Amino acid sequence: MKYWRKPLDFDQVKIPRGEVRIIADRCKGCGFCVEYCPKDVLVLSEEFNRKGYHPPKVVKHGECVNCNLCAMICPDFAIYSVPLEEEASSDQQSAVSSQQSVEEQGTDR
Amino acid sequence: MKADPTGVLTGAHYLDGDFACGEGAMAAGCRFTAGYPITPSTEVVERISRRFPMIGGTFIQMEDELASMAAIVGASWTGIKALTVTSGPGFSLMMENIGLAVMMETPCVVVNVQRGGPSTGLPTMVGQADMMQARWGSHGDYELIALSPQSPQEAFDLTIAAFNLAEEYRVPVMFMMDECVGHMTEKVVIPPADEIEIVPRRLTAIPPKEYLPYRVEGKLIPEFARAGDGYRFHTTGLTHDERGYPVMSAECQEVCVRRLVEKIKRNTDRIVRFDEENADGADVVVVTYGITARVARMAIDLARKMNIKVGSIRLIVVWPFPEKRIRELAGKVKAFVVPEINYGQMVLEVERCAAGQAATIHVPHGGGGVHDPNAICEAILEAAK
Amino acid sequence: MSTTVDPNQVAVDEHPVSPFLRMDRIPHIWCPTCGIGTVVKCFATALDETGVDLDKTSIVSGIGCTGRVAGYMKLDAFHTTHGRAIPFATGLKLGRPELLVTVFSGDGDLVGIGGNHFIHAARRNMDLMIILVNNFIYGMTGGQNAPTTPLKARSSTMPFGNFERPFNLPHLAASCGATYVARWTCLHIRRLTKSFKEAIRRKGFRFIEVIAPCSTLYARLNKLGTGFNLMQFYHDNAEIRPDADTRDVDIEFQDNIICGKFVDEERPTFTEMMNEHYQQKLGDKYVPLPPEGGLLHE
Ligand SMILES: Cc1ncc(C[n+]2csc(CCOP(=O)(O)OP(=O)(O)O)c2C)c(N)n1
Ligand code: SF4
Ligand code: SF4
Ligand code: SF4
Ligand SMILES: [Mg+2]
Repeated sequence: MKYWRKPLDFDQVKIPRGEVRIIADRCKGCGFCVEYCPKDVLVLSEEFNRKGYHPPKVVKHGECVNCNLCAMICPDFAIYSVPLEEEASSDQQSAVSSQQSVEEQGTDR
Repeated sequence: MKADPTGVLTGAHYLDGDFACGEGAMAAGCRFTAGYPITPSTEVVERISRRFPMIGGTFIQMEDELASMAAIVGASWTGIKALTVTSGPGFSLMMENIGLAVMMETPCVVVNVQRGGPSTGLPTMVGQADMMQARWGSHGDYELIALSPQSPQEAFDLTIAAFNLAEEYRVPVMFMMDECVGHMTEKVVIPPADEIEIVPRRLTAIPPKEYLPYRVEGKLIPEFARAGDGYRFHTTGLTHDERGYPVMSAECQEVCVRRLVEKIKRNTDRIVRFDEENADGADVVVVTYGITARVARMAIDLARKMNIKVGSIRLIVVWPFPEKRIRELAGKVKAFVVPEINYGQMVLEVERCAAGQAATIHVPHGGGGVHDPNAICEAILEAAK
Repeated sequence: MSTTVDPNQVAVDEHPVSPFLRMDRIPHIWCPTCGIGTVVKCFATALDETGVDLDKTSIVSGIGCTGRVAGYMKLDAFHTTHGRAIPFATGLKLGRPELLVTVFSGDGDLVGIGGNHFIHAARRNMDLMIILVNNFIYGMTGGQNAPTTPLKARSSTMPFGNFERPFNLPHLAASCGATYVARWTCLHIRRLTKSFKEAIRRKGFRFIEVIAPCSTLYARLNKLGTGFNLMQFYHDNAEIRPDADTRDVDIEFQDNIICGKFVDEERPTFTEMMNEHYQQKLGDKYVPLPPEGGLLHE
């Protein structure tokens, strides 16, 4: 996100950043998350999951604001978001750091 | 364990069967009762609602008998001993949730003060025609326990027994009184609390993490955890596995329902209770229960005066039925005589167990009164021929 | 960035709802675009955010698609008989008064077959939190008419459209004495969750009606598309009017749905009335049932 003029409290206001987790095989392809994500982060993918539904995928990388609306509205508990490190200020960085955090968590398990 | 003294009204009293039943419940540790008024049972809850506030019990008059039955099943899951009381029409309404209590293995006691039926029938007059309903009234296969008292004293004693059996086997116990016993007033001796043996609710000692609500590990009765102790268990009226999770399969049905049946069947010898008198060596054995047992006693005396060898079996626990003893006797006696205030219910059990080895003679009565002892005596004479 | 998680991995248990669900029973049985799961998520979030003691929280359901909710919640959970969740819950609450007892069931269950219990529990102000998922139909049994089916809507037993007047549930609950009455659709995730949170903290008979799509039956029988289309319909036609007179919140077929919190009052509960009354009448002789339940445990 870019400001052409910085708000006065820019350094205090942090735009929350999130990362979406999709449990693809739980998804029943209802499209609620896609439709109601305020940032249009998601679309239903072309691929099928194991049950034969199209789970969502992220199209607007780095745009997720961690509002968790997708998690709230998903009737199948198949999607949620986790907060990202707040230092991430550009799309580029957040994408990278999220990738890292996922990988780190992955090795933790 | 001994009874908690707060509920025990020690002493000699003149009580009707309904009041005595209520006292029995309180002595047994019952502290939750839900009911809906119906003659001739209402005095039980009237007694309880008057005494409960002083002994830490809660009575609620529910909107109907469906609710009453559901409420006692719910209450029992908090570990409290729970009772409901009704008569024929209300008993019919309770059937579905009696099945729920069976399926969830919920200890509770259901009192039915029987009146004449079917339908509204004879609200204020005696009947004994719900005996098969007690056994088979809810749908599906199951076993449960039913008792039948013949006097106010027994209404007291056997109500305690009913609660104890409910706890021991985790089943709903049917307390099948009849209007005559419910409304007759006699001396009832209530012993001191420390002479009353009580089976308390046994809470599992297994920690929540290892606990499964229907795991039996070779036993027949699972461990009980109550709501609110951190077990976060699941229970359902659906066929379920040991986790209490629904499993819709013939295999799970076999495991789940078979155990419900077996836990009573395999313990029949321990549960069965009857009064036997001169049955060995008798030509005729009269099989009775409830008020009819007292009427039949006159008939038996009359017959004996005529030198007929008559014995008797009085059912105290009606279900499970004392099958073994009746089969034994069937090989020795000429006939069984079964008077009861209906057109043929427990007699079917006697006949089944007699299995053609001895004759079975039913002495029916449609209800609204008790038998003429002469009618029973005639049946005995006929049977002795 | 996103991560697509293999459900066989432990990561599924990292879903924020996991601590509240029996994860060994997920995926659940509900159809694609059915709204029940969303209501469950909101309820779980409310439990989370209020921080109630989950060990002392029970959930009771009757029978139906919604009736399956108890089976998925990781609480002391009771899946009872059709229509009898409220009296069962009444027993639980009175047996151990310290419990938070919630009832989660369908429209047919709670106000069809169980209607009598509903009105009486409200009248007594029984301390129960009632969540009713209204999908306007009997879902589990195949889309038969419910006491909530709007006039003209089709059901499998009203194939030519329903000609019976449905209940106006907030009005029913309010006029019977419910102390908290709200209606939301399952699209109103935040407001619904807020209502759940409020209701959890209140006492007495608390009633929350949640309009939710039954895609497989209600939507299909009425040619309304899927639950997705119904969510859009709620988006366009739900009107938030918290000051509405409950007499005016009837639901017509495919017409606007008035939502809001309609009642939020304090009135003594059954147990409070009972305790106060007996204390007054019996003084020291009164022995109330202890909050932690009845006696004679070993
Ligand atoms: C006594 C009884 N009658 C009928 C049924 C069949 N039955 C099961 S669920 C149901 C309707 C449920 O409707 P609702 O409460 O609206 O739940 P939904 O499935 O719509 O969530 C019925 C009639 C039953 N289980 N028990
Ligand atoms: S958390 Fe919010 S912004 Fe991020 S994907 Fe979900 S709905 Fe969209
Ligand atoms: S809301 Fe859930 S089930 Fe529906 S498409 Fe999104 S992830 Fe899949
Ligand atoms: S039948 Fe209807 S209510 Fe039931 S799970 Fe499917 S969509 Fe939901
Ligand atoms: Mg419904």
